[in-house]
Parts: sequence; C-alpha cells; structure tokens
Amino acid sequence: MSRLVQNAAGRLVPVEINGAPAVPFAGVRRHQPSGRRAGPLLRSCSDYPADGDKTVESLKQALLNAGLRDGMTISTHHHLRNGDRVANLVFAAAAELGARDLRWFPSASFPCHDGMIAHMESGVIHHIEGSLNGPLGDYCTEGRMRGTAVLRSHGGRWQAIQDGEVRIDIAVIAAPTADPFGNATGDRGPAACGLLGFALADSQFADHVIVVTDNLVPFPCIPWQIQGNHVDQVVVIDSIGDPAKIVSGSTQITKSPDRLLIAELTARFCDEAGIIRDGFSFQAGAGGTALSFGIFLRDIMRERRIKARFVRGGSNQYLVSMLEEGLTDYILDGQTFDLEGVRSMRENPGHVNTSPFTSYNWHGKGNFASMLDCVVLGATEVDLGFNGNVVTHSDGRLLHGIGGWQNCLASNCTILPIPSFRDRIPVIVDRVTTLCGPGELIDVIVTERGIAINPLRRDLVEALRGSSLPIRPLAEIKAEVEDLCGGPPAKPRLTDRVVAAIKWVDGTVIDSVFQLEK
Amino acid sequence: MARFGEAGKRDAGTRSDCWVGVELRDSGGIRLELKSKVGALYGEAIRAQLTEGCRALGVADAKVEVVDAGALPYVLAARLEAAVRRAGHEPEAPWLPAAWAGFDRPAERGRLRRSRLYLPGNEPKFFPNAGLHGPDGLILDLEDSVAPAEKDAARVLVRNALRTLDFHGAERMVRINQGERGLADLEWVVGHGVQLVLVPKVEDPAQIAAVAARIDQLRAGGPEVLLMPIIESALGAWRAFEIAGASPAVVALAIGLEDYTADIGAQRTQAGTESFWARAQVLNGARAAGVQPIDTVFSDVGDMAGLRASVLEAKALGFTGKGCIHPRQVAVVHDAFAPAPDEVAKSVRIVCAFEDAQARGLGVVSLGTKMIDAPVVKRALATVELAVRTGRLDAEWRETLPAAAPAPAKKETGGGE
Repeated sequence: MSRLVQNAAGRLVPVEINGAPAVPFAGVRRHQPSGRRAGPLLRSCSDYPADGDKTVESLKQALLNAGLRDGMTISTHHHLRNGDRVANLVFAAAAELGARDLRWFPSASFPCHDGMIAHMESGVIHHIEGSLNGPLGDYCTEGRMRGTAVLRSHGGRWQAIQDGEVRIDIAVIAAPTADPFGNATGDRGPAACGLLGFALADSQFADHVIVVTDNLVPFPCIPWQIQGNHVDQVVVIDSIGDPAKIVSGSTQITKSPDRLLIAELTARFCDEAGIIRDGFSFQAGAGGTALSFGIFLRDIMRERRIKARFVRGGSNQYLVSMLEEGLTDYILDGQTFDLEGVRSMRENPGHVNTSPFTSYNWHGKGNFASMLDCVVLGATEVDLGFNGNVVTHSDGRLLHGIGGWQNCLASNCTILPIPSFRDRIPVIVDRVTTLCGPGELIDVIVTERGIAINPLRRDLVEALRGSSLPIRPLAEIKAEVEDLCGGPPAKPRLTDRVVAAIKWVDGTVIDSVFQLEK
Repeated sequence: MARFGEAGKRDAGTRSDCWVGVELRDSGGIRLELKSKVGALYGEAIRAQLTEGCRALGVADAKVEVVDAGALPYVLAARLEAAVRRAGHEPEAPWLPAAWAGFDRPAERGRLRRSRLYLPGNEPKFFPNAGLHGPDGLILDLEDSVAPAEKDAARVLVRNALRTLDFHGAERMVRINQGERGLADLEWVVGHGVQLVLVPKVEDPAQIAAVAARIDQLRAGGPEVLLMPIIESALGAWRAFEIAGASPAVVALAIGLEDYTADIGAQRTQAGTESFWARAQVLNGARAAGVQPIDTVFSDVGDMAGLRASVLEAKALGFTGKGCIHPRQVAVVHDAFAPAPDEVAKSVRIVCAFEDAQARGLGVVSLGTKMIDAPVVKRALATVELAVRTGRLDAEWRETLPAAAPAPAKKETGGGE
C-alpha cells in the first residue's frame, strides 16, 4: 500500500496509485504541468480498407482484432446513461475471450452496470477508474475491489487522457448512428442520446477505437461528431441501449415545496447580486432543484426582457424553450437530458454540441467553464470552510461521480442550492467526509433556512447588504439544523486503506476515500 | 391487557418517520432492536434516546423494535410513547421533549391571518420546514387529515412538534376534532405552545364556550389560547354572529365550504353561487362581532392563477384570510391580499390630506377638488396600515415619500366623494 502524505488541503492522499506515481493537490491553480501531450500510435491508410468499410462481424472479433490482452485499459462512455448495453457487452465478450485484470475506464457508471461486480469477482476486471455509485460504490468502499478506484471530473478525464496519465488500449464508443468508416453521431437513430462529447478524447488518443452502432448508415454519417479517421473498426449490433432509459421523455421539475423554495431563493439571489443582465451566461445541473432554478430564472428574464448570450447544458426541454423563445443566443451543450434536447440539437444551429475539451479541460488554453457568470450545482455535504463533497455520503460510502462539478467551480459565481438536511442527516458539517471542491471556489450556499455567502466574496456580501433575502452565516444555519437533528452526526468508522482517489481538475490528488470498517 | 403496541410507519416510501413496536415483558430489562437508515450516523443517539424514553415512560422490561427512516428525535419520541400507550401502559408522567426556546411565546390577537397552512397531524416530514414558506399560521391538524385509528398517535406527535419545532414566525395553530374528542385533544396541546385552536363544524355558541372553558382549565393561568371557529353547515352559518361572539378568545371566524355545500344539498361550483349567502353571513357575523373573517381553503394546488383569482374575490367580499393546503400557495395568497400599488398610492394621498386637514384644524378633508368622506379616510388608513404590515409600504413612508404630499387644500364646498 502506498505511503500517504498530507496535501495542501490537509487531506491524506497516496503518492502512488495502482503502481503509478501521483501528485498531491498543491492548491487551486498551483500545479504547473510540463511536457507534451500524449499521442496515439501512428497509423497508415494502407492498413485500412480503401473503400472505407471497417465493419467486422462481432464485438468479440473486434476485440480480438484489437489485440485484447490481460491488463489492458478499456474505455466506454455514459451517453446512453442507464440504458447502456454496450459496456456490458464489451466485458461479457472480454470474459468469453478469457481476458483478465482489465482496467475499466468509463466516463461514468450507472446502475445498469452493476453486473461489473461479477467481472471483478471473477478477475476479468481488476479495478474501475470512473464514477462508482450504488452497489459498485459499496463494493469499492467495502474494500472488495482489487486496485484503487480513481474518480475524475469530466474535464479531469480529458486531462488524464491527453496528459498520458491514462493510456487507453481500446476505446469502445456506442454510437446511435454511424457509417462503415466510423463517422458517428448521437443526435439521431433509435438510441439517440444527443451528443458523444465524452468519447471525443478516447477517439483521438486511444490506441484502438471501436465504434458500436445499431443504426448503420451509408457513408457519410452527417454530422460526424466522432470522426471516422480516428476509428479502427465498426461493429453493428441489434441494440446499443434502451431508449427509455437513455433520455427521459421529459424532464421533471421538482414538486417538493422545500426544493422549490431553495430554487426560488437561488434565482432571487442571482437577481439581487446583479448576475442576471443582458449577455450573461449560466449553467445549471440536471437535478430537480437546478431545473426549477432555471424556471424561476426564465421568469425573471422574461419579465425584464433580459437575454443571455449562452447557456451551458445539460440541455432539457426548459433550456430548449428558452433558446426558442429568444431568451438565449446559444445552448452550449455537454449532454442531453431529454428528447426535446436531442431534437433541438439536431434541428437548431443555436444548440451546439461541446466536449470536455472545450468546456472543462484544465490543461488547455482556457475553457468555457471559467467564463460562466454563474453555475448552480448540487452537493452531498458542505463544511464551514465552504468545501464541498459530491462523491460520498456522510456515512463514507461512494454514491456519486464527480461529473462536471469540479470543472464548473471555475465560474464567476458558484452557487450550491442544497437542503440543510436530508431526512435526519445534516448537510452542513464540520469537515466534509471527502473533499471534492475547495471552499475558495464555492461562493454561495442556498438552503431552505437561509443563504450563506462565502466571506471571501466581499463583493457579493456587499451587493447583498440590506437584501430582504435570508442571508445568514453558514455556522448559524448549521447550528439550527443540528439542533433539529439531535446534534452533529457521528463520523463513519474508517480503516486507513485508500479505496478510491479523488483527482482535482489538474490531475493532482485532492482527497482519498477510505475503506469502511466492517 | 394488550402487551404489544406499535406506532408509526415502515412501508417502503416512508421518510422522516419511523415505526416502533413495543412488547411489554415482566423481566429482562429493555431489549432494543434498531434498523435505521441513518444508523451509521445517529445509531448511538437513537439507542440512547430510546433507553431514556423507556425510563421516562416507566417501562422497565420490554422488547423495543424500531425501523427508522430518518425520523427526527421528536418524532422518534412520539412514536415510542404512542406504541407504549397502545401496549396498554399508561405512563405516570408525560415524557416531554426538551422545549424549543420560543415554544410558549404568547399569542397575538390582532396579527395578520391571511394564510393558514394545513399540515396532516400524523405526517411529521412536513412539519420542520413548513414555517419557512412564510404562512401567517401553521395548522397541525388532528381532524379530517388523520385517520380515526391514528388520532392517539397524532396527538403525541403534535404535542412534541409544538414543543420542539420553530414555526419560523407562523402562528402555532391546531385543529382539534369535533365534540368530546376535540375537548380531549386540548389536553395534548394546551400548555405545549399552541397559540390558536381551530374548532371545526361549529353550530352552537355553546361548543365554543365549552372549548374555551376547557382551555382555561388546562392553561391554569398560562398563555392565552385564541380560537377560530369554522362554520361548515347551514345551522352554523345561520348562527355565525353568536358563534363569533361566544367567547372573548375568538379572534377569527372561518368558513369551510366542502362540508357546507354538502349540508345544504348543493354541488360546490367554481362560481360559488351556492355558498354566497353563507360566506356573506360568516363575513358579516365576524365583522359584527369584531373578529377577522376568514375564507375557505383553495384545494387545487396546481392552479395558482385560480388561487389568485379566488383570493382577489374573497378580498373583494371583505375576507382577510384564506386556507392553504400547499406551501407554494402561501406567497400567492399574501400577494393577492396585499393592497395593489395604485390602491396604496391613493390611500397615502388621502391619509396625507386627512392629516393635513387635522393639522390645520379643518373639519373638511379634501383631495384636489374632491371632498373626502370619513369612511373613505377610515378605509385609506386601514389600507396604509395593511400596506405597511405586508411590506408594500415602508413604515417610515411619511419621511420617504415627499411626493405623496397632497396638493394644497382648496376652500371649496360641495358634496362628498
């Protein structure tokens, strides 16, 4: 087991992860990368059919052609979310071929991937580097996974691939529509999901790229979100995913009165802070509270005739209606959450698909996230230093991936609208169970009991002076909630074995998740 | 004698509640079996509370089984007590949870009662945050929203909630049951922080007198408890004035239309012509007795435009309050009851003219070329006061609104406005 050191945030982190050296978090904007980006192997057109037909008869054959060996890294993507069939088919095929000790490198995992536990038990998969939720999260936190999980943000995943920190041997890209050359798109086809941005890095950097589709069209597949020039093989199967679980027919705003109150307070805060003005930009997540925030924001914009320059998605029917109503010039979309979003992306030139490269990658020449006037995100816990946790529950169990959360903290105003307690569990704690976002980047916490502004943001404190909004110190809200819940919660009992490493956007290790005591 | 009792909920959808089963035994001490969703974080605290509870309730030997879905401590205490009582054990002394610092704040007779939000008395998950939505009153309901078999459990829960929860400025209201059961309900709420009791289906001033007498007996010199009778029948409507005047504790008279329309043999309609007489009768009875007239609930929680129209209509009739069954209705109700900006501006001009006339010793108030009658001044004063109380007008408006000063009074004669 690796030695642990205390990083700049005061967290114990390993200096070696799965045999490779790791750099402890050095502080926000402190770590300076050097060297050149990684690159895939050189190839020649003479090795590929001149007629452009790269189709092979099965996934198994494709894996064989790709030279599948023990210990390889295989990547898949979460565009098909909980409807994905491809990742499961890949590892079933790998298991049949007798492969062992593979590293699964998904952009995110979903409950439909719980079957990977059996592959870990049988030795086909060694460990997972990606989000770990539900039973997979428990499997990891209980210390049953060989190797250490590595959780990265969407931008951090791009960074890790381009920096050469993760070399992908075989990338398998599920494509709702593709041509035999490997051009692929997500905006149409029976399993349409919108866009394929999470697979873009894999297509460019992996040693071998396999496109799997259930909707083969003759060349050219237009648009080509994935360029066939990066693709080695194309496999056609009956169905890549269950459309009902890929995107919901419609996104639902929350009905919970408390969450509506939080969303409304958040929108009013943005208004009073002067964020909502012509040409502004914002991003809100996919949760019910964030969706409702969008509705309240839309009402304010309509009333004042304010137009945004761009809105970052996760797109949904509400963002689409804002675009169509002329309340924003553009949706810069990272993933599509409902069928309206998919339709709009297909039809509306103002609805643009983006990738973690353009939006989130820290080791690039700027990114979109830091240009946003405001982002609205969730969190499982925050602490009095405004630090945020999105990956573990207060009981120490992994329950969420990082997603774009860490990347979005770069915005000009990061707001976390969260309930002050869930059931009996306070959300504001002394010290977050797992540090995912440093408090200096989290500006405002909005709960149903009041709004806390990070004292570091003197400008916001000043702008809201005399406001009728319930602006309160975070410690006061915390004390009130602990009073209600019967004192602060006990700390989970943990061993000193690291089961997962949490990466910061620059590839350094910001915190560790420790194995639960039995 | 029953040896086993259970209370609370444990079906799959349960949240912020728990189930407690108590089997009384003759020996062996207290055996706890706890399954909790928050066990890793609060397991020890829950065990300690249950142990203390058994001691306080005088239970020495029992098997206590708890299935917890994140119940707050006051809920856990209420479920344990209800289960113990159902097992046939009557505690010698009540087990009262530590009270919230403001739980016995005295009632205010003249406060605004624009919105009163009903909360089902046996559904604890709604209790702690309901006040954050800003209703003028929060009603913990022991009557229609509680199944007959759960009345006893709801009483314990409501008592504990009254003692431990901050209602965030909302008046602490309880709707009791009808008749004898309602009088018995009072034992669980009077002295525990209730500020106003709603008495349902009142048809006879004697019912109010009986409730008032029982409250006086129970509070034994403690804080005053106000009353809001609800008129829900033809007979009640007929006697509205007498009921409103049946006790000095009555501060408001409300109408409940669902039962009323059934009682007169009519269908409740959107237009509401079938209940117009009763509403006017309750309104006039309340005004005649000097108490606040309060309208019925608006029950379509999805129709905010309809709610707003309904409040504006009630306000036009003279009502000053409306019942709510969803927190999101509160802001709409308050907004609709607040005086409109032009109404405020006009009232401010009239009040200024009135004060100006008084200062100059003039008997006649005039605004521009118009004479202003005394009732118009009275209504303007009330509008300005309501505007200040509802935040539509700064309390220091005389300092901050120089533009509102009236034009110099002209000496003119003629009729009133």
